[in-house]
Amino acid sequence: MTEQNTQKSEQKHRKFRIAFSRKQLCIPYGLFLVLFVVFPLLLIVFYAFTDADGGISFDNFARFFTNTTTLSTLLISMLLALATTIICIILAYPVAYILAKSKLNKGGTLLMLFIMPMWINFVLRAMAMKDLLTLLGIFRFNNYLNVIIGMVYDYLPFMILPIYTVLVKMDKSYVEASKDLGASSFQTFRKVTLPLSMSGIASGATMVFMPTMTCYVISDTFGNGLVTIIGKLIDEQFTTFQNWNFGSAMALVLLVIMVISMWITGSFKSENNARGTNI
Amino acid sequence: MAELKKNEKIIELIDLTRQFEDGVVAVDNLNLYIRKGEFVTFLGPSGCGKTTTLRMIAGFDKPTSGKILLNGEDISLLPPNKRPINTVFQRYALFPHLNVYDNIAFGLRLKKIKVTYKDKNGNTFEKIEKLKKAEITKKVEKALKMVDLEGFEKRSVSTLSGGQQQRVAIARAIVNEPKILLLDEPLGALDLKMRKDMQLELKEMHKKLGITFIYVTHDQEEALTMSDTIVVMKDGIIQQVGTPTDIYNEPKNSFVADFIGESNIFSGTIVGDKKVRFIGHNFDCVDEFEKNEKVDVVVRPEDVVLLDEGKGQVDGKIVSSIFKGVHYEMIMMVGKTEIVCQDTVERKVGEKVSLHIEPDLIHIMAKEFSSNKYDGYITKKNTVCFGDGEFECDVTQLYPGSFLDEEGYLITAEGDKIDLTDVDVNVEVGLKDIEISDDQDAGGAIGNIVSMIYKGDHYQLIVRTDENEEDFVFDTEYTWNENDRVSVIIPKEKIKLTLKQEIKR
Repeated sequence: MTEQNTQKSEQKHRKFRIAFSRKQLCIPYGLFLVLFVVFPLLLIVFYAFTDADGGISFDNFARFFTNTTTLSTLLISMLLALATTIICIILAYPVAYILAKSKLNKGGTLLMLFIMPMWINFVLRAMAMKDLLTLLGIFRFNNYLNVIIGMVYDYLPFMILPIYTVLVKMDKSYVEASKDLGASSFQTFRKVTLPLSMSGIASGATMVFMPTMTCYVISDTFGNGLVTIIGKLIDEQFTTFQNWNFGSAMALVLLVIMVISMWITGSFKSENNARGTNI
Repeated sequence: MAELKKNEKIIELIDLTRQFEDGVVAVDNLNLYIRKGEFVTFLGPSGCGKTTTLRMIAGFDKPTSGKILLNGEDISLLPPNKRPINTVFQRYALFPHLNVYDNIAFGLRLKKIKVTYKDKNGNTFEKIEKLKKAEITKKVEKALKMVDLEGFEKRSVSTLSGGQQQRVAIARAIVNEPKILLLDEPLGALDLKMRKDMQLELKEMHKKLGITFIYVTHDQEEALTMSDTIVVMKDGIIQQVGTPTDIYNEPKNSFVADFIGESNIFSGTIVGDKKVRFIGHNFDCVDEFEKNEKVDVVVRPEDVVLLDEGKGQVDGKIVSSIFKGVHYEMIMMVGKTEIVCQDTVERKVGEKVSLHIEPDLIHIMAKEFSSNKYDGYITKKNTVCFGDGEFECDVTQLYPGSFLDEEGYLITAEGDKIDLTDVDVNVEVGLKDIEISDDQDAGGAIGNIVSMIYKGDHYQLIVRTDENEEDFVFDTEYTWNENDRVSVIIPKEKIKLTLKQEIKR
């Protein structure tokens, strides 16, 4: 009788023992994810599809897509982000290319100089840049231009880094093979180096385009308060107007736009990666 | 080779040198010419400069000095895209963003050719044009057929197996109809079976195309199988140029002999007219050398005939026997020398046998003689026995930081206690470190002076011992007479010792 008892208690004990494996290590982050990402997201969806009284409605979206102010703000945000991204690509590619090829950049010291601005608080950086622009007399021409300058200044390192990484990792024999087959240096760049670094450009574009759509600290600082981007609009709905439903709807629209742009640039990347591995 | 236009040099390397920024000389004053249509292989261990030479021919590397002539014209400063030479890269370097067709068509699309037109008035004029699309398609298809990959045009290169990628790389190069095709260890990444197949296919392709192939490899078997001519390289210097048969049968030096195929290499001495002494026996040979010259003797394992004890030239004992498929590979010990032999008849380990080597299978090569080398062993008294003598020596040099305790044991830097008695060592004595004396008790070994050669400002003497006919070669300023009986003195600190194998503690 006593023996049976001890056996039973042992079995009970075993049930409670947790085998500590990699799966269990995911639990803390899983909880975090549910609590701070999935749940808020569901809340946004809930708010976006309800009115002030809590009843289900599509009014928020109707308002968004019929209101010229919101639509023009969205358009302006997208254009600003697009311009910033394109200018970043044009500025970052040569820098990354030179850094990747240069013998001076042994151990990445030069690269570090280009990346270092990222380590300084970006509000501080933005203010400093604004003062510098004022001092140089560039600041008074156009508010949109100011915003673009500020955003390019702030997000340039995010474009340099991924392009640099791709170029550094690229097998030199591709360039040699291209020249061997009769291509000049320029033809080699156009037909081999550039296509093979598209994945770097794509990830750089993602890292610049998406934040510039919403980062209203820069548009506020550089736009003299006259440039409103979609991020600012959302913020106002939550803070000034206390209209969480409309704010959520705008946030949701933005999310969809982000997912689409991710998908476009992502298709670039995945194609290149799949083809580029282990050859 | 018969259908080749005789002696038409397609490429010539003159005094070619490449020194890298860090001072390493990868290619040292290379002189070589390659005939049109030849299959030439650069063979050598890694770091011998073969790839650097190839890269200079391709144009990826510029020579520090010297010239590369292509059909008599200096191309050494021409960029790679201006040379009628194509390369198959070691890891193929297929463009990952292009499919098979586009990879192969890459070179063709860049090509510009002169086309002659006739206008209405009958005047001819020339125009430089790109190749027509249909023409490119035709050529790509032909190249794909050549490498057995028809129907692969649309495939992405990453979906191809190693062997298929290899074929695409070859097609991409030959489709441009280069004057020379360079192949940089192209089969290195393939498995053995695939490699064997590709070797034969490449050889076949070379026959069909008639292009000059320059092939780089470190695999001697590959080189022997495929080449018309092999260029053996070491440390940026050509060791030997010749046909595979020449290189295998008549290696010029011990490096070539060792690198090409398996071989036994012995140090020997010429003891008379077409007589060479090694492993304690005087063998007849066919090469003529100066008497008393120090030489390297190469004997291929398959050329050693094993007979029953007492019936051959030298007796010994089998210490190892391994079945290798067609034959047995056996190691025979003669004194302290190992001899690798191959035979279809197995001899058991421990069996006493005798070996016989035909005179024409003994290959003798001149040796640069820079120091005396002996096999020796340490005695109980911590002296060393070699060259029919016993010498005082410093045994602590065998282990850095070691010392001898009062009982004569060696204490290493780690504090281990080692008994050195009967330990086998390699002994090296420099040419300037030996003295001789008329006093026969003064030195460690006794022998007769067998040779005295005047070398400008000094004499080089050889003292030979009686028992095992060991030689002591050294330089001296004093004159002696041949056949003087002397004793050999070597200062304790001049005897360099190294362990033959790690001692078990």
